[in-house]
Amino acid sequence: MDWTAFALTLKLAFWTCVLILPIAVVLARWLAWRRFTGKSFVEALVMLPLVLPPTVLGFYLLVGFSPESRLGAFVATLLGEPLVFTFAGILVASIIINLPFAVQPIQRAFEAIAPNVREAAFVSGLSPIETMRRVEIPLAWPGIASAFALVFAHTLGEFGVILMIGGSIPGETRVMSIAIYDGVQAFRTADAAVMSAVLLAFSFAAIVMVHMLARRRSDAHAH
Amino acid sequence: MPMPTKPAPLLVTLQQAGQIPLDVEITCNPGELLALVGPSGSGKTTVLRSIAGLYRPAAGRIVSGDQVWFDAAAGTMVSPQARATGLVFQDYALFPHLTALENVKLAARHLDEPLRTAQAAGLLARVNLDGLEARTPDQLSGGERQRVALARALARDPKVLLLDEPFSAVDRTTRERLKVELSTLHRSLEIPIILVTHDLQEAEALADRIAILHKGRTLQSGPPDDVRLRPVSALVARLMGQTNIFEGEVEQVSKARSSGRIRWRERVVHAATTGRFTRGERVTWLIPADYVVLKETSPSAGKGQVEKLPGKVIDFTGLGEMTLLTIRIGTDAADVLRLTIATREARLLKPGSNVTVSLLAEGIHLMPSEN
Repeated sequence: MDWTAFALTLKLAFWTCVLILPIAVVLARWLAWRRFTGKSFVEALVMLPLVLPPTVLGFYLLVGFSPESRLGAFVATLLGEPLVFTFAGILVASIIINLPFAVQPIQRAFEAIAPNVREAAFVSGLSPIETMRRVEIPLAWPGIASAFALVFAHTLGEFGVILMIGGSIPGETRVMSIAIYDGVQAFRTADAAVMSAVLLAFSFAAIVMVHMLARRRSDAHAH
Repeated sequence: MPMPTKPAPLLVTLQQAGQIPLDVEITCNPGELLALVGPSGSGKTTVLRSIAGLYRPAAGRIVSGDQVWFDAAAGTMVSPQARATGLVFQDYALFPHLTALENVKLAARHLDEPLRTAQAAGLLARVNLDGLEARTPDQLSGGERQRVALARALARDPKVLLLDEPFSAVDRTTRERLKVELSTLHRSLEIPIILVTHDLQEAEALADRIAILHKGRTLQSGPPDDVRLRPVSALVARLMGQTNIFEGEVEQVSKARSSGRIRWRERVVHAATTGRFTRGERVTWLIPADYVVLKETSPSAGKGQVEKLPGKVIDFTGLGEMTLLTIRIGTDAADVLRLTIATREARLLKPGSNVTVSLLAEGIHLMPSEN
């Protein structure tokens, strides 16, 4: 059991969740309520990582974040280190690839809020920010929790994109799934088996949680 | 606690072309309940949403006392938050995740604790919901939800109360009880109240004044009896539920214009007043059902100014204790009168019964000819 990889995986999943949720809430709320031209295009773009082979996304990120590219050089001077083969790099990649998992459930939750409930809040004197804090977020909460669980579980198992942009640097980019792969490659099958079982348990728990939240949400809307 | 502001009248003029046409002019005084009546699609809800600040019409002005809430010409559009209106939505739009008390408290944020809780609890008691403060909307009946919505609308001490079909989502028994409660509440509120409804009986029972809205236009406003008995046009008469509307010609006008005669096909009808219409003019005239007196064909009693017209009962519609009668006058199928009589009396009649009807002269009202 590679404890360093285990800790790194949890760290990546935690920071992905923390950073992706505000982005996803803003994006999902925008997609749920605004009508604008090109909305389908934006939605398709958000959903793209769902069908795109992770290695393809990893390839583009590798090229884009490489210090030899303009974007990569700019980011490297900004952060003091390049985004390739670093924890920051796999974190950015993880956020991008997890966007559909975060945006979808939150968008559905916002769409389920009746427009006149927001209007009732406005007429009751609540500013848009107060309305979001006291009405929208509490009502969308099951969707946000679902997104959290899905993103967490999905990040635990992320492999292709991390291998492409991060490689397998212990303590920096070698997460559990890569440690499992390395273990199998080096004939440390017992190690790989333990780590696989841990990932399986975590993923299963996350999916159970998503289902429980979904049921609570549909119960709440049945009335 | 902020000083209670002096109740102010509400003045609304709205104009707009396009998909939702508007040509609205209404005023509502403090303590007055104005019913905005019209069929669905007439723009009633849009008018309410405009007053609340949720909809921006193309042109017009909305003024509450000395506060201009909307002025298209000056580019003024005050936000719903800053307008202080109380709006009861048609489906109530309660905050589903909050209890009844929290729903009301959230609209009373202009008050600090403990005044806020006191205000909310006081309003819930005022709408007869004491004891149910801790329930969430899904644990309340339709009528109770409506009461929470009403309490929430009053929580911010609004300058105007807006009610959008507030009785449409509850059963009939509850509706009657809520109407009585609203009537009581109305007497204790010193702000303008605007009630949107398609239900004429509701409007006549509750309103001090009625404004008739049709395709976004206010056609007439006034006390319920004025609009019902003295509609400015046949369209308003029909929208007020009148069915006894006929074409005729002014045959004679007395010198003082205090009375006259109308020719209705081969018959003559006496009118107590002919208004601005002159002799020989084509008119559309109305006899409200409660000004039609029914007599069975028998030696008739009383002889006066009133024509006695022979007719035949062609249809009955039971309405519980009242029965709606359709009576054909003469032979023309278009000349039918409708009136309600007590069901007890209707039992003496049967389809085909010959009857005599009298049209009371003071009920006859003349309007411009529709043709």
